[in-house]
Order: sequence, then structure tokens, then C-alpha cells
Amino acid sequence: MRKLHHFHGGVHPPSNKAQSTRTAIAHAPLPPRLVVPLHQHAGEAAKPIVQAGDRVLKGQLLGMPDGFVSSAVHAPTSGTISAIDMQLVAHPSGLPNLCATLIPDGREEWIAREPVDYREHSSADLQHLLRMAGVVGLGGAGFPSDIKLRIGKQKITTLILNGAECEPYISCDDMLMRERAGEIVQGAEILRYMLDADEVLIGVEDNKPEAIAALQQAISASGSTLQQNKRHEVVTIPTIYPGGGAKQLIRVITGLEVPSGKLPTDIGVQCFNVATACTVYRALAHGEPLLSRVITITGNVRRAQNFEALIGTPITELVALAGMLPDTSGYIMGGPMMGFPLPALDVPMVKATNCIIAASGKLFPPPPPPMPCIRCTRCVDACPADLQPQDLYWFAQSREFGRAQKFSLFDCIECGACSYVCPSHIPLVQYFRFAKSEIRAREHDKQLADQARVRHEFHEQRIEREKREKAEKLAIREKAAQSAKLAGIQSLTPQQQAAQTELEAGRAHIIELAKSEVEHVKE
Amino acid sequence: MLSALLVMAAIATVLGAVLGFAAIKFHSEGNPLADKIDAVLPQTQCGQCSYPGCKPYAAAIAAGEADINRCPPGGEEGIQKLADLLGVEFKPFGSDTAAPKPKSVALVDESMCIGCTLCIQACPVDAIVGAAKQMHTIIAAECTGCELCVAPCPVDCISMPVIGEKISNWKWKYPLYAFTAAEAAEATR
Amino acid sequence: MTEYLLILISAVFVNNIVMVKILGLCPFMGVSKNLEAAIGMGAATTFVLTLASGSSYLINHYLLGPQLSYLTTLSFIVVIAGIVQFTEMVVQKTSPVLHQVLGIYLPLITTNCAVLGIPLLNVQAKHNFMESIFFGMGGALGFSMVMVLFAAMRERLEGADVPVIFKGSAIAMVTAGLMSLSFMGFSGLIK
Repeated sequence: MRKLHHFHGGVHPPSNKAQSTRTAIAHAPLPPRLVVPLHQHAGEAAKPIVQAGDRVLKGQLLGMPDGFVSSAVHAPTSGTISAIDMQLVAHPSGLPNLCATLIPDGREEWIAREPVDYREHSSADLQHLLRMAGVVGLGGAGFPSDIKLRIGKQKITTLILNGAECEPYISCDDMLMRERAGEIVQGAEILRYMLDADEVLIGVEDNKPEAIAALQQAISASGSTLQQNKRHEVVTIPTIYPGGGAKQLIRVITGLEVPSGKLPTDIGVQCFNVATACTVYRALAHGEPLLSRVITITGNVRRAQNFEALIGTPITELVALAGMLPDTSGYIMGGPMMGFPLPALDVPMVKATNCIIAASGKLFPPPPPPMPCIRCTRCVDACPADLQPQDLYWFAQSREFGRAQKFSLFDCIECGACSYVCPSHIPLVQYFRFAKSEIRAREHDKQLADQARVRHEFHEQRIEREKREKAEKLAIREKAAQSAKLAGIQSLTPQQQAAQTELEAGRAHIIELAKSEVEHVKE
Repeated sequence: MLSALLVMAAIATVLGAVLGFAAIKFHSEGNPLADKIDAVLPQTQCGQCSYPGCKPYAAAIAAGEADINRCPPGGEEGIQKLADLLGVEFKPFGSDTAAPKPKSVALVDESMCIGCTLCIQACPVDAIVGAAKQMHTIIAAECTGCELCVAPCPVDCISMPVIGEKISNWKWKYPLYAFTAAEAAEATR
Repeated sequence: MTEYLLILISAVFVNNIVMVKILGLCPFMGVSKNLEAAIGMGAATTFVLTLASGSSYLINHYLLGPQLSYLTTLSFIVVIAGIVQFTEMVVQKTSPVLHQVLGIYLPLITTNCAVLGIPLLNVQAKHNFMESIFFGMGGALGFSMVMVLFAAMRERLEGADVPVIFKGSAIAMVTAGLMSLSFMGFSGLIK
């Protein structure tokens, strides 16, 4: 039995997953239109390479990755691009973003897919293939997976697959592990090969016994294709929120703590979601870019279940499939702890959308008004990142951002455990999000100001240099004129010299008269 | 009487010697206060403080000639930062400087530009690209919104649109929650 | 040995110069907005007070004697002014940032009534050299401790929802008064 460790804090909200795990993953039918945002991942948005009116095939590149941290975007099905314009997207701000609207033609015509055998390629080549296949983390953050597969100086000993799915209501990873455990294990082996890790540990919470059994079966079934001396193991971890956070999962399984400001690779560990592993397998072994994902539709709907849906499917379609109910008060994207309310239902599903919860007055009663902090420190007891939420709240609400940073505000993973336990119902995570975005905006302003200072100093130097150069040129020209004059005079005959001197005297006399005239006028 | 004078004189002499020795041994250069103030200013180089740029304004504050409430682009927060740095009281904006406005970036109306280069010479951070009789354009990423280019333009083709809110610069708002049911109903109405 | 310990504890807690004797309030209120500045000021005052009590005892005992005792205040002030000037030069050399932060309060240590008060109290209590040093050091340690505590409280007060009329120095005064009340709890510590 593997020895497990603990992380500080954590809470036990009711899991509410049974509603959506009763049926298998259903296949969502083609919607009448698909809206594919070009910015579905962390980093720079993809650059569109198609125009309105183009006909595209399933899996065709719609957006090229732009910059180091970026990923590609593909057409989820064959059809015609009707527009590349600003559309409402699933973002807490309710602001629009650049999207490609695709009208499917129903034929589902694929591009020419090119499967590769990962064993015949270097890790760098495979990283490029994954970048062009649009593979990003499907756990919620959407970080491009190819960046996470870059190896630095530190040797990676352990690859951890995150099958914890600790947040209530969400069950997409659970169903994926039950039905496609084989693909997940194959994907895990590819990731292990690329990272050159010694072992693969798949962490699953103990409230998912079917998933654990399916994964264990898949591991023993694929014994021949996995490398003999590299261990694949399913690790059952206790159910606690947020046990699925990357740093928390690493702590529980390996006992290692990722230091503040550092990455898991700095201590020899890397962590991927199980759905990402599955996508990596399909991208390399089948040549299929990331075009669809499993999404949970649950809450106040007639039939809560999981769907395999295409990226860009409007969420109205999926909720209609699950059976919309009239007394729904709103929709939450994500889980009840870390999710945000959708600005409208007619937004497209993206790579990071793992769950839509239909809220109602009964399921999510309006929270009581927040009362002053009584410093009971229940939040400190619950924080999985060993922070002091009551102090961070104090500094955030009084806008003392410097002190908030000193108290490690940016180590907060915004899990919501502190808000969950607060007896005064203070929405702590909202304060932390506010403080973090203000600090980021201020740092951005400071960067711009420093740039402007440098440019201004160069501007001043340039003006100085131009003045100096002009003065030097003038001096040289005057000197040349003087020497020419001297040379000119010496080449004249005495009569011509006398005539010249007379001319000069006349000129001087006129100038004198003019000066006195001017002075006379001035008076 | 004499002994008292002698004693005081002796004490004074000894102390004077010690201090003189210390002044030489612990001599330190002048403090770069102006640089520290300049690091806090927003570097818009707009001249609204009535000094030709942020560095001269910083030097004036360090010399005690200028007040700390003369910089509109820095806003009230900038004044607070200067007050904290210098250890003086916060002072709100007076009536002799403009009020702070939202950040804007210059925009040249290319259909009207005549290529006179007057705006290029006016820009303190060289954010305008162009040449004589060629089209002029603003590098939006470098523009500080100082508005010094607007006045010299003979055809008035430069406007200052405010930077709008996009997803890339959107910030979470300060959490405000209704305290009573009545306020909540008012908010959702 | 025990007398020195008693003097130390008495100077730090029972007869704290700021909280019980109500001396040295100017830097106490002025520099306590920021914790780092408070620590710096406490360190500077400790340095000045220890040197001042030692040297003022020596001057009073050996130089002035019983005949010139009327010169006590004058000579103490001169010595303190010199020591403070010396301290300012040292601080400016070693930590220009601290010098910037303390600002005008560093030369104002000269006019700090605690820094003159402790040597005068030493004269009044007829302490010998070691006792003077310990009393001065203890007084200064008590001053530093209270400065740090008060600065910590004022930093937290900055984020509090204080009514507008009380913001700033007013609420700080109220807090200092409550702190002073709490220090009365030490009054029976040394019988």
C-alpha cells in the first residue's frame, strides 16, 4: 500500500456527482452553427488564417499559434466559415472576443489525418505536433501542453495524471476514465516517454471506484505495449476538496511541496489531466487535433449527464439536450466552488469548459449578505495553500496591495474553500481576484512607464546629438568659407584687391546706416 | 564662573573634534531623491505639471519647489505614493492643474494627414512614425497619451480616443454586495 | 547582578518611558506609521540613549562634580546633540534608505524628552556607572518595544473602517492611550 501524505486544510462539500453519472457519455448531435473563439488557451490568441466564405474540412487549421505560449485552433467539423468577428464568449466580463463562426454542412469530412508512432520521433518533434494539434490542458486552465513537456535541467522522476476531479457536480473525467481508460493509459505512456519520467501515477479520489477499476484493468491489459521497467500505478487518494489542485495532488501522492513561485518541474514532477492524456493519444496515434471534449451538464435540468460535444457548440444546444427547466435562475460554467456565472446562455463551449451547472433558487439559494470579519480563522484552517485568507481579505478590501503581495497573494489557487467555511459569508475569493487583477494592471502600467522613460531619454539624447552634429557641420562650413575667402583674395591682382576692399567698406557702411535706422525706428 | 566656562568649552571642543572626525570618515554622497521620485511618476511627459517632462518635475519636488499634487496622469494614487515616499501629508488636486482623465491613445486620421512632421517633432517618446510628405502614424503601444501632438497639427487630424475595456485589459471589480433584500432588488432591476 | 536585572525590567515594563512616564511621544507618534521605520528609529534611539547615559554620567560625576551641578542640563544637551549628529552620519552612510525614511525625526532625537530625561533621572536616582548604562539601555529597549508594537497596530489600523474624523493621528492617539492603560497592569510587578 503506497504511503500517502496530507495537505493542510480542505473542506468536504456534498459531491452531487451521482445525478450525472447514471448514464454513459452521450454523443451531442451537430448544432446548426459553431462559434470557435481564437483565444481558448492561456497565452497569446491564435491568428486566424481563414476568411469569411472559406470552405473548411473537419480538423482544418483555423488559427495559427502566435508566440511562445500559444496553441492552434481547428474547425470542429466540415462546413463554411460565415464570419470572423467579435462574438460573445464565456468570460466573466461578458465582453466579446474574436471568433470564427462555422456553418456545418453535415458531411463531417476529415482532413488527411497523419498518425505517428511516438517512439520514432524526438520529444521536440512531438511537442511541435501537439502545438499544431491544439492540445491544451483540459483540466480548466487551458495551458498549452507542449510547453509543459519541455524538459529543463531537472530530471523528471514522476509523471502524475490528475483524475481526482474533486469539485462537486463535475463528472466528465470520471466518465472518461470509466469508458476510455485504455486511451488514457496509452496517452500517459506517450507523456512519460516525452518527459523521460521513471513512473506514472494516476491519482483518483476514492469516490470513483468504477474509474479506479477500469484504469487498473487498462494498465494490466496494456502490459505488453508499456515499457517493462517503467511503473504505471493507480493511486487512490482520499476524497477532499481541493485534492485535485496540482500542487495539492503532488503533495498527497509524493509528499513533495512545490515551493512558492516555482513549477512542479523544478522538483522533478509534472502533472496532466486525464482528459489531456487522452487527447495527446488521439492527436499522435490517430492524427486528430483537439476538436471535442466531454462536458457535464447538470444541476436544474431534466436529465443530468455527460456529452461528447464539439468545441464551439453553443451551450443552449447542450442544455436543451439535457432538458431545460423553466425555473432555472442562471448558469454556472465550471463547478460551484471555482466556476463563474455565464453572461448569457448563447456562448460557445471552449476547450476549457468542463461543466455547466443550471442554477435554481433551490439548488443555489442567494447567499446571505456578507458581514464583518470576526477573525475566527476558520479560513486559515481550510486553506490548502497554507495562506492566511483573513489577512489577505483585510489588505484587499483596504487596497493595500503591497502588503497583500507580501502575504503571498499570488500563491492563492482561488479554490474557494475559505469562502465556503466563512461564517460571515464573505466572498473572499472575489476580493483576492480583485486584488490580483489590480496588481497585474499596476505592474503593466509600471512596465509601460519604464518603457516611456527609456524612449524619452533616448529622444532627448537624439535631439542633443542632432544639435551637436549641426553645430559641428556649421563650424566646418564656416572654416571652409573662411579659408576659401583667404585663398580667393590672395589669387586676385592688386587692382582687384583694392576693388574688393572698397566693396567691403561700402557694405559695412550700409550695414551701419541700416543699424542706426533700425535703432532710430525702435526709439 | 571660570571653571564652568572651562568645563563647557572643554566639552564643546571634544565633541567638535569627534564630529569633525566623523564627518570625514562617514562622508556620503548626495541622495538621489529626484531619481526615486521620477521612478514613481507615470512618465507621460505631458507637461501638465507646468514642467517640461517628468524628470524636471521630480527634480523640482526634490528641491522643494513644486507641490506633489500637480500630476493628473498619476491620479490620486500617484499623489499618495509621492506622499508616502516623501513622508508628507496627502494633498488633493488643486484648481491650477487639470483633473485626472481616463487613459487615451492618440489616433491620426490618415485621410486628413498632410505629412508636415510637426507632430513627430512634438512627441516626447518618439511614438510617431513618418517623414516629410509621407503618411504619419502613431505606434499605439508606445503612446503615453500626453496630447502634445494634438496642438501642433495644422489640419487638426489627431484625436484622443479613450482605451476601451477589452478581455485583455479587463479587471475584476471590487466586490459589492447588497446588504438588504431591498438593495438586492434595486440592483437587479 | 539582580539589581541590574531589576533595573532592566523596571525600565522596560514597569516604568516604560513612553507608556508610563509619557516621555518621547514625538518620534513615537511620528515614526510609527511604518514597521521598518519604527524598528530603525528604535535602534537609533537605543544607540543614542546608551551612549548618552554613559557619557552624561561620566561628565556629571568626574567633570562637573557637586560645584558645577547647575551645568547638568546644559552639558547633557550638548553631549546628546553631538551624539545624535554622529548617529545621523552613521545611519546615512550605512543605510541611506533608512535615513530617507526617518527623515526629520533622526535629528529630532536631540529634542526627544526621553533622551534628556533618562540621564536626568539617573542623576536624580544617584545611579552608579553600570546602573546608569543599564537604566539607559532598558529605557531605550522599552521605547523600541513599544514603538514596534504600536507600529504593528497602526499598520493594521490603516485597513480598518475608521470614521473620517478619527482617521490618521486621532485614532492613533486613542490607541496609544489604551496601550498606556494596559501597561498599568505591570505596576505591581516589582515590589
